[in-house]
Amino acid sequence: MPKKYHIETSLAPPRFQPIGKYTTIEFREDCAGSCRECVKKKCVYNIFKDNYQHMSSMAEPEYVYACMSCLRCIQECTKGIFSRVINPEYRTLGDQYWNADIFHRTWYQAHTGSIPVSGAGYRGPFVGQGFDSMWTDMSEIVRPTRDGIHGREYINTSIELSRRPERLSFNEDMSLAIEPPPILELPLPILFQLPSFGLLSTNTLLSIIKAAAKIGTLVLIDPANINDTFKPYLNNLVPMLTSDNYASYSDIIANCQMVELAYKKGIEKEFEKLRNIKKDLFISVGIPLTPQGSDIALELAQTEVDTLHYYADKDGRELNTEDPRFLKDVIREIHLKLVDNAIRQKINLLFSGGIAMAEHVNKAIICGADAVAIDNSLLIAMECRMCLRCKDGLSCPVKLEDIDSEYGCARIMNLMGAWRNQILELLGAMGLREVRRLKGEVGRSMWFEDLEEENFGPIFGKRKVPSF
Amino acid sequence: MGNDIKKVKLPEAVETPSRFRNTIGKYTIKRNSNCIGCGLCAELCPYGVHKKPINYSRPFRPVEHKCIGFKCKENDFYCIDRCPAKALTLRLNPIMETIGDYRWPAEMMLAHFAMAETGDLPKVDLEYNLGNSGGGFDKIRFIKADPDQYIELDDEEIDTSVKLNKTGDNRPDITISIPCYGGGMSYGSTALSVMIGRARMAKRLNTLTCTGEGGYPPELLPYKEHVITQVATGLFGVQEETIQRCPIMEFKYAQGAKPGLGGHLLGEKVTKEVAAMRETVIGSSLFSPFPFHSVYSVEDHKKHLDWMKEINNRVLCSVKVSTPTDVDMVAIGAYYAGAHIFHIDGSYGGTGAAPDIAKKNIAMPIEYAIPKVHNFLVAEGVRDKICLIASGGIRNAMDVLKAIALGADGVVIGTAELIALECIRCTNCESGRGCARGIATTDPELSIMTTEEYTEQRIVNMYLAWRKQWCSLLREFGMQSIKELVGRSDLLVHLDYLDEDERAKYQPAPQQHMII
Repeated sequence: MPKKYHIETSLAPPRFQPIGKYTTIEFREDCAGSCRECVKKKCVYNIFKDNYQHMSSMAEPEYVYACMSCLRCIQECTKGIFSRVINPEYRTLGDQYWNADIFHRTWYQAHTGSIPVSGAGYRGPFVGQGFDSMWTDMSEIVRPTRDGIHGREYINTSIELSRRPERLSFNEDMSLAIEPPPILELPLPILFQLPSFGLLSTNTLLSIIKAAAKIGTLVLIDPANINDTFKPYLNNLVPMLTSDNYASYSDIIANCQMVELAYKKGIEKEFEKLRNIKKDLFISVGIPLTPQGSDIALELAQTEVDTLHYYADKDGRELNTEDPRFLKDVIREIHLKLVDNAIRQKINLLFSGGIAMAEHVNKAIICGADAVAIDNSLLIAMECRMCLRCKDGLSCPVKLEDIDSEYGCARIMNLMGAWRNQILELLGAMGLREVRRLKGEVGRSMWFEDLEEENFGPIFGKRKVPSF
Repeated sequence: MGNDIKKVKLPEAVETPSRFRNTIGKYTIKRNSNCIGCGLCAELCPYGVHKKPINYSRPFRPVEHKCIGFKCKENDFYCIDRCPAKALTLRLNPIMETIGDYRWPAEMMLAHFAMAETGDLPKVDLEYNLGNSGGGFDKIRFIKADPDQYIELDDEEIDTSVKLNKTGDNRPDITISIPCYGGGMSYGSTALSVMIGRARMAKRLNTLTCTGEGGYPPELLPYKEHVITQVATGLFGVQEETIQRCPIMEFKYAQGAKPGLGGHLLGEKVTKEVAAMRETVIGSSLFSPFPFHSVYSVEDHKKHLDWMKEINNRVLCSVKVSTPTDVDMVAIGAYYAGAHIFHIDGSYGGTGAAPDIAKKNIAMPIEYAIPKVHNFLVAEGVRDKICLIASGGIRNAMDVLKAIALGADGVVIGTAELIALECIRCTNCESGRGCARGIATTDPELSIMTTEEYTEQRIVNMYLAWRKQWCSLLREFGMQSIKELVGRSDLLVHLDYLDEDERAKYQPAPQQHMII
């Protein structure tokens, strides 16, 4: 039996106390001090272990990362001295899209390698913008694949980033009459790229690159950042080149599997020259995600490109337009344009920007992507708080630049291990045995607008409030 | 209405206070050292916020959850103004912000604590009918009833019962007195006292509770006429006797909390007793596969139902599934296989631990699934032959009515029953020793925090309070029985489907930004 793909995870506790969600506050003046029933000693989760001495020697109340919010200390203190508030620092964590909850989940996964599990049902809003307005199906119940939970390890998450011949032709002796292009296969539909901020020191980059090498994926990187330390990993690096500068990086190109060229009109003329530097080089074209994206896709799909990589902004929205659409709708448009022109199977679509949670990977693929590239999540996995102090040249609160690359690599591998398991959970529920079959498979999803129209339309009539 | 209306005998509500010393209220009242111990506040407050027993020099700390807050200002017993030493301060409780979530905001939880304590609707101004989710039930309202429709009936004269066997197949006509029964929470996932207390509640209210997938502890036997045996994919604890003794058996194909995934009981919760009940090994995590590995077609499904009917010739069969895109097809398949009850479990509910990604993303919310299944069964001409039960995200009395008006016969309640037991939805049911509040745990120290009596009476109280709301709405629409409400979606409006001036006539959906 062939070896199954698996991402090794190992506990990697935070180096710095993470920003907790709650803080317990105490009205010390009311503390009896001698009741011998101090609830701090009784905490089920033992979070006060350093803070239950006699009140005279108690440290100042701390922001408690570990508080599990059972409220027992608040409800059982004999004098009722406790209350709880939301940590003001937690409120300022992240932004509208990369919200505090995403940080907490990412930190948890990077720490433990486990998928976030909780009880008591779903806690969030009914529906949200972007990816939050679609649900995935669980058609396993009517279209079972006979592999259930015990067979999750047999679900294949690998994808290809190499172009495919549109058709095969054969000689009279039934041998192949064409030479099929080489195949580039990745074991999971996630690539890494570097965020637009952060202290991207050699240690930070090395953490990311090592994780990519161990997982078997690729890192998109500015070739100017490739120094001697990274040379052993060239196979996992994708230098991001322009038509003007690639000639000066031919030694790097010669050792890479894949490169990315920034899009400009007529870029396809460079492909042959690149493949003269290295035969069988896989070429991606990096394109900003704009309303013209689908036209560019159709134009480039006719060429010898392998992959089209679209860059959305950090929140997954279109660039250079006044009314930007979200990734979900644009992926769908580009994918369908290629499907309508019967050329989708030839090339691969890669999207980046706004991929913040494991569910986004599945949902982007359902919309029509082959794979996604993640950026900010890599830094968040290494404890980044997106405070953006680094942009102003100020010090990093978690000293990202000094991170030990083995530790950083472990945190990223944990995150990817947890994400992959979640991808498998969704695929398992959908009754799919490989992620490639999910591409563009909207039949395995349910969309807010459709559900409303189909189920509420007959009862309530026409919707008067636009959905989003 | 004549005198021929049968009066329902309801169980008695008994005041069942919180298990915790300090209760959580919407308001806080602090008494400072200026207090002269005159005891005027205790004499004045009719809600029992202040207590000063004889021979005590000072009043007790205020019972904050009973305080009606700032609206009390207009009363002549407003303690803040009347206190001669000005020793009392009233504020909104800042802790409200830290509890609850979009689906179960803090006020809805506190209101259910109050209902479970008193058996009556809360006196404090708490919003308990609407959550903050911004869709589904939270945006659906009942239309304003025509005043002429109003009927003068006592609560005892209104029928809230649901008939579970509509097939006419000569199996027992089981009727439950309220349109709700208890969801499956297994032996091992909750404390035994909670499980037995729920069964005692089911007997008192003439409804049902469910074993969940964890076996049938002998302590449930005195209540066996009110206990559903669940047969789930792991078949843990399922034996011939447990099928033979139950009035209803439930096939669990999938559950709303983790649609498409199997059950998972963490090793820590598999104690000696749990392992014995499930016939497994102590401390070893237990997975239930998904789906039934013996059911790959509707014929296989029928075979399962036939087995059960053969083992127990009085049993009714319920088929529980989650809500895939073609849930309507599954419903019709279940009907033709001979199910009496088709139970759909929406994706936003569930009590047990599940991966967050599954709870949020897999399968559709129950608000869509109910009309989808109901209308399909009507179109197929079989709706009156099967009982449609909905669950998963049905939180309060109004949600129950909305679900019924959308097309369900009745609902299954899980979370709200736990909220009645003072679950605070901290969501750590699965971590370490289990629930720190002694509900969803088998830890020997934690599980003794709840008793059977407390569980029974708190949940009975909550349903008695709910029943008041149900009767009040039925009276307004001139309905003597809740059965008349089934499928009456013409009585509902959805705020997003109304013109602005029309929408203004209804209570707006809460739109508070929350930190969850």
